[in-house]
Amino acid sequence: MKMTGAEIFLECLKREGVKHVFGYPGGVILNIFDLLYDDKDIQLILTRHEQGAVHAADGYARSTGKPGVVLVTSGPGATNTVTGIATASMDSIPLVVFSGQVPTMLIGNDAFQEADIVGISRPCTKYNFLAKDTKDLSRIIREAFHIATTGRPGPVLIDLPKDVTASKADFVWPEVKIRSYNPTYEGNKWMITQAAHMIAKSKKALIIAGGGVILSGGSKELKELAEFTEIPVTMTLMGLGSFPGTHRLSLGMPGMHGTYYANKAIQESDLLIAIGMRFDDRVTGKIDAFAPNAKIIHIDIDPTSIRKNVRVDVPIVGDVKRVLTVLNKVLKEDIKEQWTEVRRAWLKQIDIWKHERPMTYTYSDEVIKPQFVVEKIYELTKGDAIISTEVGQNQMWAAQFYKFDKPRMWLTSGGLGTMGYGFPAAIGAQIAHPNKLVIDIAGDGSIQMNIQELATAVINKLPVKVAILNNHYLGMVRQWQELFFNERYSYTHLEVIPDFVKVAEAYGAVGLRATKPSEVEPVLKEGFKIKKTVFMDFICDWKEKVFPMVPAGAPIDHMLFEEKSEKAEKKLKAVK
Amino acid sequence: MRHTISLLVENRFGVLSRISGLFSGRGYNIESLSVGETIDPEISNMTIVTSGDDQIIEQITKQLNKLIDVIKVVDMTELDHVEREMVLIKVAPRQEDKAEVLRIAEIFRGRIVDSSQRTYTIEVTGDEKKIEALIELLRPMGIKEFVRTGKIAIAREGVKK
Repeated sequence: MKMTGAEIFLECLKREGVKHVFGYPGGVILNIFDLLYDDKDIQLILTRHEQGAVHAADGYARSTGKPGVVLVTSGPGATNTVTGIATASMDSIPLVVFSGQVPTMLIGNDAFQEADIVGISRPCTKYNFLAKDTKDLSRIIREAFHIATTGRPGPVLIDLPKDVTASKADFVWPEVKIRSYNPTYEGNKWMITQAAHMIAKSKKALIIAGGGVILSGGSKELKELAEFTEIPVTMTLMGLGSFPGTHRLSLGMPGMHGTYYANKAIQESDLLIAIGMRFDDRVTGKIDAFAPNAKIIHIDIDPTSIRKNVRVDVPIVGDVKRVLTVLNKVLKEDIKEQWTEVRRAWLKQIDIWKHERPMTYTYSDEVIKPQFVVEKIYELTKGDAIISTEVGQNQMWAAQFYKFDKPRMWLTSGGLGTMGYGFPAAIGAQIAHPNKLVIDIAGDGSIQMNIQELATAVINKLPVKVAILNNHYLGMVRQWQELFFNERYSYTHLEVIPDFVKVAEAYGAVGLRATKPSEVEPVLKEGFKIKKTVFMDFICDWKEKVFPMVPAGAPIDHMLFEEKSEKAEKKLKAVK
Repeated sequence: MRHTISLLVENRFGVLSRISGLFSGRGYNIESLSVGETIDPEISNMTIVTSGDDQIIEQITKQLNKLIDVIKVVDMTELDHVEREMVLIKVAPRQEDKAEVLRIAEIFRGRIVDSSQRTYTIEVTGDEKKIEALIELLRPMGIKEFVRTGKIAIAREGVKK
């Protein structure tokens, strides 16, 4: 049966199980929007900016594991998606982005709203296509979904010239066959056995779990490995939730703003088991001084991640879940060890570090400490909320003080560090989970980068909560200026901050504000109770910094800590 | 160290840009690159000469393998292989050097593919050392310009004894 390109597009999306598309219309994509107008199966969520659409699709994908889908027009519509695509690319998030394009006849003529989005997005997509012929469209869409969701996931873009969506072709649904794309899922058995032997021999083993554990759905296997072999686990920013943050073996996050005990453990460890992580510079600090005593086992589905930044003794290319399943089996069947006995001294040492420098801050009853807000959010939600963040101090405090026990509850731009990510991502997550509490922990700088999405949240009646840790500064940059640039606050003081309560109200959302520590809990409680979009503006101590901190390029055990008075310590204890 | 990497890639638009983009985006160096069709018209061969330490070369080959349009990556440097390059050299010798230019061309099994009152254009094929030696010998004779194809390489087949 002959179908138009637009009809083929819709049919393909339905076959891929797509229910929600995030997007924004425009001239050359109208053939598709016209069909969506009365389609019953697919809902288009109209954002107020294309970047918001991509982040929303990204939040949808991270919170569900399904690919996020975006539909925008050509030219500026397409170029506005680039930051969102790059964000997803750095964090290996499956997206399929459809961009309109000028008719094939006009491509290359500098036509109105023409941009070479295939060229522009090439370095930040896993793959991209220009659909030049309607008859290829269904094959391309199927390949795009396949590529986006298999192997190391990532964003794929399809450029759709206007005439391709208008012309007709027979609908076909061919099996995906890409001869040059065959991700490795099964780890090499010999290597896994080697890894098992190293684990058995090690005294001071440590697991570093990354986002790959979550992407592969390997949390259960990871927990089994850690518990069975009594190995402590530290989770990278992307790996938070891959292993329960409240578990006795959890060391929290390592790296630049990681815990003292995670970083100490890395430096003292004799065996690092890196699982689905890529040794980002924010994790390793000075690379030559990283884990000097450790042998390294590295499990990752992407061979390029292995030996990119650090030397590796046992590389295992494969899907985390499958590799861990085999590894656990080998450990249980072939290797007889009294794990508790072997690890006793090591776990005791880690306990000492935990007591030496716990993850903490100085409470104040005069001014709101941002960490206090995060702690309260954790307390009130009992850890059962989807948390997104913006980027900067808000992101680090959320990572440090909210404990994630389950995967896919934590949405943050780890690799690219995109300000303006959190609010649209929360919107996407709320679309996917209408009954869950979804909270964006934001800063006053970041929230202004996609604040227009308030309209999207309100019109779709999404009860997204935004907790703004408002310090009137671009806080993380200000912190660097204070510590490393002689307190010269060059262009980090925002001076004019809109009244977020009024902004929220202007959009038809609810705005609340807390200016004193005693108001934090009531505001949060009220905000969580209201079944509407809520902005909660917390006027925080502008001087507060994120600690511990490893200065960029220093070894990760060279950490800066908050200088604190005993008096404050006592107060904190009294409050807790 | 220099490596000659041979690729089989899908013969479609945009592939060259993906490969050159990989090199430029990650700061790897391309010394030469040549592209041509293979026995299967849907597949192209690329020969890339690049340099870097072992870790960089490992990354380059892995990154190339990761590209969806790349079917096969072979680091020729690790194999017994034949390498060839072609050069076209336009020389404008003085009257008294003309005979010498022709003699050098002959020694290098070159062919004169164009001549004018003032110039000869010589075509020579060989490995890199041969090409460089030729250029050095002709340089004092007055090279006007030369164009090199970049290296191509093919693996040798073992001979059964």
